[in-house]
Amino acid sequence: MSQTIIKDLMPKDELLASGHLACPGCAAPVAMNLVLKALGPQTVVTLPACCWSIIAGPWPQSSLRVPLFHTAFETGGAVASGIKAGLAARGDTETTVIAWAGDGGTFDIGLQALSGAAERNEDIIYFCYDNEAYMNTGIQRSSATPWGAWTTTTPTGEPEATPKKDMVSILAAHGIPYIATASVAYPVDLVEKVKRARTIRGTRFIHILAPCPPGWKTQNDETIDLARQAVQTRVFPLFEVENGRNWRLTVDHADEPVAPYIRRQARFKHLTDEQVERIQADVDDRWERLQRRIDCGT
Amino acid sequence: MKKVMIGNHAVSWGVQRSRVEVISAYPITPQTQIVEELSDMCADGRLPARYIKVESEHSAMAACIGASAAGVRTFTATSAQGLALMHELLHWAAGGRLPIVMADVNRAMAPGWNIWTDQNDSLSQRDTGWIQLYCETNQEVFDTTVQAFRLAEQINLPVMIILDAFFLSHTSEPVDLTDQEIVDEFLPQRVAQYKLDPSDPHAFGALVRPDAYMEMRWQQQEAMRDTLRVMPEVDEAWGALTGRRYGAIEEYRTEDAELLLVTSGTITSTARHVVDARRSSGEKIGLVKIKMFRPFPTALLRSALAGADRVAVLDRNISPGHGGIFAEETRSALYDVPLEDRPTLFGYVLGLGGRDVTPSVIEAIVDRTREAEAPERQDLWVGVEL
Repeated sequence: MSQTIIKDLMPKDELLASGHLACPGCAAPVAMNLVLKALGPQTVVTLPACCWSIIAGPWPQSSLRVPLFHTAFETGGAVASGIKAGLAARGDTETTVIAWAGDGGTFDIGLQALSGAAERNEDIIYFCYDNEAYMNTGIQRSSATPWGAWTTTTPTGEPEATPKKDMVSILAAHGIPYIATASVAYPVDLVEKVKRARTIRGTRFIHILAPCPPGWKTQNDETIDLARQAVQTRVFPLFEVENGRNWRLTVDHADEPVAPYIRRQARFKHLTDEQVERIQADVDDRWERLQRRIDCGT
Repeated sequence: MKKVMIGNHAVSWGVQRSRVEVISAYPITPQTQIVEELSDMCADGRLPARYIKVESEHSAMAACIGASAAGVRTFTATSAQGLALMHELLHWAAGGRLPIVMADVNRAMAPGWNIWTDQNDSLSQRDTGWIQLYCETNQEVFDTTVQAFRLAEQINLPVMIILDAFFLSHTSEPVDLTDQEIVDEFLPQRVAQYKLDPSDPHAFGALVRPDAYMEMRWQQQEAMRDTLRVMPEVDEAWGALTGRRYGAIEEYRTEDAELLLVTSGTITSTARHVVDARRSSGEKIGLVKIKMFRPFPTALLRSALAGADRVAVLDRNISPGHGGIFAEETRSALYDVPLEDRPTLFGYVLGLGGRDVTPSVIEAIVDRTREAEAPERQDLWVGVEL
């Protein structure tokens, strides 16, 4: 499939303006662009503190052509709930209200508000664009940071000691109607998932891996390729979950080894071959558990 | 329609009459009956609002912020630890110029655990940019709740209605529930100047650089200054419809007074009795009640107090390392009064953690203020030192 054809498959709405403030090679605006294309202009964006607080642009500018509400770091789920209720109170039940948060705002400081919104089954779509650390404050570890990674708070002498938190399972345990993982390297899959989510009522959660050149210590032109490799190595498999059950893969996953994906990111350069093997074992174990869920349908 | 009800339910009825559209709340003693009653009202159709049952006070305020930004009338209620948990978001509400109304039932802060009244919870939020209105009776609670929405929406600032734990929240008094048609005339549906609207997209709350941040804060301060004018206008408009007015401050028997008590909340009612008794025995004594603490009614207070010989400020709160907070702010207001007219100010800290403030406690304060040569310190602790 050539690039031209993929572009033709994309919705035509251009709701992200040029001139935004993302770093070169950042996946986050690519993700936002695709999501807004899928959702269309009748959308309100709730934006807790994250890289996008900067990317969106300072007052009096905005890089989005939809209403955008900047808010406190830990409040994505709650503020989006309030916006939805406020619109609905005046009869607008059609506008899609989304929260757009980084991994810090989702996995860590915003987890309580997100869990509250999910438990109440608020009619919102919560997006997490996950660059696997606090990148906006200069690369500090979050609970989304993978085992073994360097960050400024997990220096190479004592790198990240725990594996990445399994957010999707936490959300699945809430039994919300729709969960998906998505990748900027699979735009058709991503857009299909967002369009599908838009037709469902209740809390929907979409987790997008967002490679970060300054934080992952990679080249600016590697982002999409890295995102694709994360899927093909099964580090970040692409799937959907309905109502906490019915787990289903949405693309074909190759069985590429993890080592080349790890070795091209300098945040892992201190790891020994044995340590990379440990990452491979963890990826295999997570894949095995995902397969079991897919097989038994729960 | 007059009904006998607790102060908490007077809040709920004020919210009902104000046709609030989104409520978001979390339980905490002694506030809980406010939101329990609102739950019933939403369930049985007396109030067709959306009620978001959040997982914390933090999310209660966050959801109110979202709903208010969408352009509708919103309400929440809390106390003490719950209010402290909201702290960051109180700044977001005020800085975002969102006319949210919140009831705070004044409760002492832990530790030690204490569910009884004092003002340290609300006064700890002094600099968040919320208008603060302290109430003395359940009728005033109802009236202030309705007034608060009109004031908030006219000025685009959030308003905190404050009532004493138990002395108001759980104490029954007759309350005249103003008819819905009259409230509707006073308080039409909110029309938001700015809101989240996909047909007119804007960004709210974005990064503001040093070249514009001060102007934003200036506008907030101007709105607070406007409130000094608008609050009495709103009070008068309500008074014209109902006959009930309160003012930003109230002067009670202050004519030719040599000694003035300065009070807030329910201590005021007890102090009125003491003033009446002393007046009947010929003492020149009066009372000034502070209802509006933010914005601080400096000019009104200055003219009410100048000319008295002595002023005793009763503080059910303490700023550790300084003094009673109403006393400190009153002292500051009096600084510009010429020395010959400036009364001597005595600050009394009392009633913390719900300790009773009886007429005899206030009698002792009056006697001491009259007899002392000068205040020994900024704060004298009644019941500990006196």
